[in-house]
Amino acid sequence: MRLLLAVWMGKLYMHLARAFHMGGGTSFPGILARKIEPATLRKLSLRLKQGAVMVTGTNGKTTTNKMLNNILKQVGISPIYNLSGANLPGGVTTAFLDHATLMGRPKSDLALLEIDEAAMPRVAADVVPRVVIVTNFFRDQLDRYGELDHTVALIRSALATLPASSTVLLNADDPLVSSLGKDLAAQVIYFGLEDARQEAGEKFQTADAKFCTNCGAEYSYSAVYYGHLGKYRCPRCGNARPDPQIYASSIEIEGMQRSRIHVVTPQKQFSLTLNLPALYNVYNALAAVGAALSLGIEVEAIRKGIESVSSAFGRMEKISIEGKEVVMALVKNPTGFNEVLHTLLSDKQPKKLMILINDNPADGEDVSWLWDVDFEMLAEPGIVESTVVSGIRAGDMAVRLKYAGADVGRLRIDGDFKSAFRSALAGVNPGETLYVLPTYTAMLDLRKFIHKMGYVKNFWEE
Amino acid sequence: MFLRICHLYPDLMNIYGDRGNVIALQKRSQWRGIETEVIQATVGRSYDFRQFDIVFFGGAQDKEQKLVCADLQSASQELQTRQGDSLRMAVEDGAVVLGICGGYQLLGEYFRTGEGEVLPGLGIFDAYTVAGNRRMIGDVVVESPFFPGAPQKTLVGFENHSGQTFLRNGLQPIGRAVIGNGNNGQDRFEGAVYKNAFGSYLHGSLLPKNPWFADLLIERALERKYGDKVELASLEDDLEILAHDSASKRAATRPRLAT
Repeated sequence: MRLLLAVWMGKLYMHLARAFHMGGGTSFPGILARKIEPATLRKLSLRLKQGAVMVTGTNGKTTTNKMLNNILKQVGISPIYNLSGANLPGGVTTAFLDHATLMGRPKSDLALLEIDEAAMPRVAADVVPRVVIVTNFFRDQLDRYGELDHTVALIRSALATLPASSTVLLNADDPLVSSLGKDLAAQVIYFGLEDARQEAGEKFQTADAKFCTNCGAEYSYSAVYYGHLGKYRCPRCGNARPDPQIYASSIEIEGMQRSRIHVVTPQKQFSLTLNLPALYNVYNALAAVGAALSLGIEVEAIRKGIESVSSAFGRMEKISIEGKEVVMALVKNPTGFNEVLHTLLSDKQPKKLMILINDNPADGEDVSWLWDVDFEMLAEPGIVESTVVSGIRAGDMAVRLKYAGADVGRLRIDGDFKSAFRSALAGVNPGETLYVLPTYTAMLDLRKFIHKMGYVKNFWEE
Repeated sequence: MFLRICHLYPDLMNIYGDRGNVIALQKRSQWRGIETEVIQATVGRSYDFRQFDIVFFGGAQDKEQKLVCADLQSASQELQTRQGDSLRMAVEDGAVVLGICGGYQLLGEYFRTGEGEVLPGLGIFDAYTVAGNRRMIGDVVVESPFFPGAPQKTLVGFENHSGQTFLRNGLQPIGRAVIGNGNNGQDRFEGAVYKNAFGSYLHGSLLPKNPWFADLLIERALERKYGDKVELASLEDDLEILAHDSASKRAATRPRLAT
């Protein structure tokens, strides 16, 4: 009875929030329901016929989930699906409420959940997942999580509770992620890259994962793809990258538009076109392939599903405004920001940029991370035509660009994101592109604003 | 003029964007026609730190901090002393040192971790650090007497530490935390100063948006090296002041959860 009350109150709040534009209502209904019945999520999830898939890790959660969602669409499954960073217990519970009947029954058989790293133990205590994907670990919003080692330990504790019937998909190329594969009851499958052409020339700078998770000696890398992802081995104890069972044997990256990859799995090999740029999306695709195979989905449906993804919410999406193209790419940590910049600059055409940095809790309150992004690459002459800087911490961003050697004369600073966006757009001719790089809450604000201008759908309508 | 800057353990002690401090020292020297060289010092090598004008020592996660601690206690063959003693001799010699967070802690006498392990420090600061049971995370604004001529007399930054540092025997702090916790969340002190060695918990990065602090370090380094009183040429600091003021305003208005 308490469960029904929780479901009703949660759903009521959700409808009110939408009707009166009180915001997306993506978390509060769940928080409310959990206050009424703490076991709301556990009870609803026990009624799923096909169980739950969870995606966690620093980068790639939303995109991987979107790929899986599109794959499920191919086989006629419409899963419970938490959207747009609503990935704490409240947000996950909200997704279940949204997809529950008034009798407290889930309307679909399967849940596809993006889970915040720190929330994994709490969510996994309520929902025993059939498949878990761990994408990667990079420093992200350290002020929220404390330290990366602590985050890894949280995920480890959640995975340790899984039964042998669960499958855990781990990124073989990330030593922090692959270390999670030891001593689990669940079945472990690794995914990774096997294309020597994608190895980066330079060695990584950050110390996210320099040391052997086993004995503490420094890893030696025979290949680095980006960040600390690559082929590593500990010279002291021999702890090394596991051979991936699912891997991309050939990767052709075609600028900002797409990549063509050849995927090898224990069952089959196949090629697919990824309509998303950059190497990190290859990892996302491999994770989605692995999860879909674990759910028993056929290769053809997997290929079609992944090929139909053009971009996840805010992760590199295109919006046309009066003949001008706006490309928006979410930035939230140094590695992700560097990858976006590399991708942006890969075609050597001069770019018009807008960068928005907020420091709300969902962005990370500490803006120190901007100093770990290699903005120095923007200082090369002819690479950037103009930059507009905005957001709550526009000043910090402007200083970072100045010290990176950017041409300060071509920098415009406007703390008000609306007027900043208008003037950035005014500086772009029809047929040209404005590249907008916002942090999470800046992206939500800007999307809402562009929506009011009549150009994008509200995210809960997608 | 020429400055040799040593970035201590950049491969290990580099989380929270602390390398921005080295970038700021370099740029603000170069913009005034002072040449710079940055040497990246790492584990397992020996250095005579007296040869450097400025040494920067950033923060790290616990695991890396332990490795660095062991290295500082290890023997330096060149000098027939420990690595850490070489750095202490440099400070006695007037070298400019800036330690942030984990680096600051290791400049003190010891750090007792949450597990009760005692990591020995260099004893440059008459101060010690003990792990507390809550993490002090958030914006910090510090009022400091060190910048009488600057457009602002404050330092702004972001702290993220569970170690509580206590100064002893009248050791001077950098200033008083008017917002945030500072050294330990109890006595309002933030940072420590001994000769030309400075320690602080502030990330941010600290120096770029507190350019008067960067300039103080450059000035002291040049005075030690060239002997004369140095008057640095002034720079156009509009953006830096904008960043400082907006960080300061954010610190004052951000809603805080009761802890």
